[in-house]
Amino acid sequence: MRETKLPGVGVRHEFQTDRGQQVGVLVHRDGRREVLVYDVDDPDACSSVLKLSHDDTRTLSELLGATQVVEEVEAATHEIEGLTIDWIELRPQTEADGVSIADGAYRKRSGASIVAVTRNGDAVPAPEPDFVLRGGDTVVAAGTVEGVAALRAILRP
Amino acid sequence: MILAAGSAEAALAFVEIGALALGLALLARVAGRLGITAVPLYLIAGLAFGDGGIARVDVSEDFIALAAEIGVLLLLFSLGLEYSDAELRNGLRTGVPPGLLDMVLNAGPGVAAGLLLGWDPLAAILLGGVTWISSSGVISKSLADLGRLGNRETPSILNLLVIEDLAMAVYLPVVAALIVGGTVLATLTSVGIALVTVAVILGAALKFGNKLSDWLSGDSDETLLLATFGLTLLVAGLAQSLEVSGAVGAFLIGLALSGRTEERAMQLISPLRDLFAAVFFLFFSFQIDPADLLGALGWAVALALVGVVSKFLTGWYAAGRLGVGPKGRMRAGTTLIARGEFSIVIAALGAELVDGPELGALAAGYVLITAIAGPLLAKFSDRLPTPPLPQWKRAAPAT
Repeated sequence: MRETKLPGVGVRHEFQTDRGQQVGVLVHRDGRREVLVYDVDDPDACSSVLKLSHDDTRTLSELLGATQVVEEVEAATHEIEGLTIDWIELRPQTEADGVSIADGAYRKRSGASIVAVTRNGDAVPAPEPDFVLRGGDTVVAAGTVEGVAALRAILRP
Repeated sequence: MILAAGSAEAALAFVEIGALALGLALLARVAGRLGITAVPLYLIAGLAFGDGGIARVDVSEDFIALAAEIGVLLLLFSLGLEYSDAELRNGLRTGVPPGLLDMVLNAGPGVAAGLLLGWDPLAAILLGGVTWISSSGVISKSLADLGRLGNRETPSILNLLVIEDLAMAVYLPVVAALIVGGTVLATLTSVGIALVTVAVILGAALKFGNKLSDWLSGDSDETLLLATFGLTLLVAGLAQSLEVSGAVGAFLIGLALSGRTEERAMQLISPLRDLFAAVFFLFFSFQIDPADLLGALGWAVALALVGVVSKFLTGWYAAGRLGVGPKGRMRAGTTLIARGEFSIVIAALGAELVDGPELGALAAGYVLITAIAGPLLAKFSDRLPTPPLPQWKRAAPAT
């Protein structure tokens, strides 16, 4: 799959189908999408373009078998390039239980930051360093793909 | 000032402005039907109601003049909004060779024509700017209307527009400083001040842009609209008082906003921009005597012919660098032909020069021709014969 950035417009993804046809998806910055089918004779042009609204995209991706969660997460990562956000649910019995964020030195160890914690349905946005994690908390982590993966390995070994 | 001028005068001003706005609405509608941009039609309307035209608007001229200035600022502000700083950096990394070719091929004939006409060199440089910069407004609209955003040649077109934007950020303050003029030393100093100011604002915009965007992001639409409008005018005014072009200040503020705030600001500001920009185009051609335009028509046609060919070659080359085939290169070349809002903004800078009236008339004629011919040629480019141009080198398709 190839990705091309279109300044002022968005991002274009394209790939070749197993039968050799070039297809692409243009994701506008506001989230609208266009499905592109490239022309056989003039591979630089599109022989048909399908313009989709937000709802259309959802309907089509459901028909194609993708779950909505994937779609939403993809939308979130599109918004901020190079930034990954992940939700990490702590097990009830965990080493992190009773340890403050500062003492866990999570950012130092993983490179990712804990930007929020949810506990029993309540959100604690931007927790202070002395915030003490409990088993069962859900930690919202932000950072690079590698950093977030490292933090997940620490918190949910 | 209009409100203070007594109700009879205010009433007359309302009638004038209202009638003008309605007239512009009709023109925009006609343009929409024809599938062209409304800018050339606004220019024609301005000719009819300005100096030497069939009728003259008097009472509201002060108001219209100020609104026109705001129009320029909002045009530049939304141009800055259009691209994120990552896109600009990326443009600089990859787009310099076509950008340089673009400048030489397209600004060159304008400068040469200005000198041949015996103009002051500064007026010739401005004419070079007029013939150089493609209209990003016309081009992005015609790409979307023709369903060509997904085409392989499109990144080459958009990257070229990005480079032209960046070039404007340097060109505008430099010519603004040159226009202020004075002795060689004074001019050099003011060019230096202009460049340093731009660098400082640009640096601040890139450094604090995210903070500014975050700070504005929680606001309601009303607050965001007022804040961005206010900030744009304030920075532009400060830049102008330092004799740096205010338009560049507005451009850099647009650049500073990013992410979600950028999108919202775009949605909120664009109706305002359309309104004030229409007034700007109208006011620009108010000041052109139709007789001057007729006098400049020969040169305008000749320059436009050269401009069509030179932009075509630029697009042909830029698309070729991405490994696009002949048909796609035809599309890129023809799409780039349209000049528009920025040619007029540049010509308006020279209004006070000795050769200003001629420059204005020539620019108006040039934009009239290219803004109408460009989108039409782009639309039918697939049916035009491919010129026997060398293929140049075909680089591997960019990823």
